[in-house]
Amino acid sequence: MSRLKLYLPLALFALLAGLLYRGLNNDPTELPSALIDRPFPAFELQSVESADTLYTLAQLRGEVTLVNVWATWCFACRLEHAMLNQLAEQGVRIVGLNYKDSRPAALRWLQERGDPYQLNLFDPRGELGFDLGVYGAPETYLLDAEGIVRHRRVGVVDERIWAGELGQLYRKYQGQKRDE
Amino acid sequence: MSKLTHSENRGALAAIAGHAAAALLLVLMVVGAARAVAGIEVVEFSEPQLRERYQGLIAELRCPKCQNQNLADSNSPISIDLRNEVRKLLEQGLSDGEIKQQLVARYSEFILYRPAVNANTALLWGLPPALLLLGAMVLVLLRRRSQPRPAAAESADLQQRVEALLQQHSEEQQR
Repeated sequence: MSRLKLYLPLALFALLAGLLYRGLNNDPTELPSALIDRPFPAFELQSVESADTLYTLAQLRGEVTLVNVWATWCFACRLEHAMLNQLAEQGVRIVGLNYKDSRPAALRWLQERGDPYQLNLFDPRGELGFDLGVYGAPETYLLDAEGIVRHRRVGVVDERIWAGELGQLYRKYQGQKRDE
Repeated sequence: MSKLTHSENRGALAAIAGHAAAALLLVLMVVGAARAVAGIEVVEFSEPQLRERYQGLIAELRCPKCQNQNLADSNSPISIDLRNEVRKLLEQGLSDGEIKQQLVARYSEFILYRPAVNANTALLWGLPPALLLLGAMVLVLLRRRSQPRPAAAESADLQQRVEALLQQHSEEQQR
């Protein structure tokens, strides 16, 4: 018994080391979304292209969709744009949410860099952004065909992310839809 | 040993007073600058009680972007937006609890500096008292171990025997 006690500090050290090692791989800036497995919030927003076109939640349902929160003031969005173009080419349905931005700047951006978005919501005051819990563009939400939020990525979507959880879940829900 | 003359003494005192004045000036400047920054944002309320509740809420709600700052301290755009939301919800007549719920529904429990006790936060709430208890137990054990071994009755007995021996010895010497 007293022999075993000698190993107590070692055990404590191992526990602490394990805990800290796990902490190394955690990204504390990526917050869990409160919306996972819950319906995408309802909205009524103009399109980026025209003040006369109104979009609602109904337009998002029916297909597995990525909702990408972007803005022209957001530097990381530049890094992400080529990847979005590439995904759109592969047939991934991407809906844009232009967040706290101006219409002319947004239109210029799309002209210069290409437009991967099937539709583009215009949210200059960040109303839908607030309902979504957006805290920094770019953010990307994965919606299944029923409009339920299945995943959120805070930060740039690149090859690595698409090969990881986001892409895997996309393929999973896409597969489910095809089976129906 | 050197002795300070009267004038040297006064010189030292003046130097100390000078340093103190400089430090005070620095403190006043820093406080003044902070007040100037804080004064930029003017928030209007229809009722004065709302302002008090607003101050309480933004002190206790956490900025999601600039972690480790509350909404009151942070100047990031998202904090400004969230402060506006809090103000709007207050004016709509929601209670503090309802406002927190609204924000948690969007930003998850991360946004609360005092999250509810549940399975996720059990460690957060439970660990400090548990560690305190552990520390107290270790302290008690250590103190118990370091106390002198012989019991009181035993030592009194020893004392008597020592005294008897000493007396015997001194009597022998006197003889």
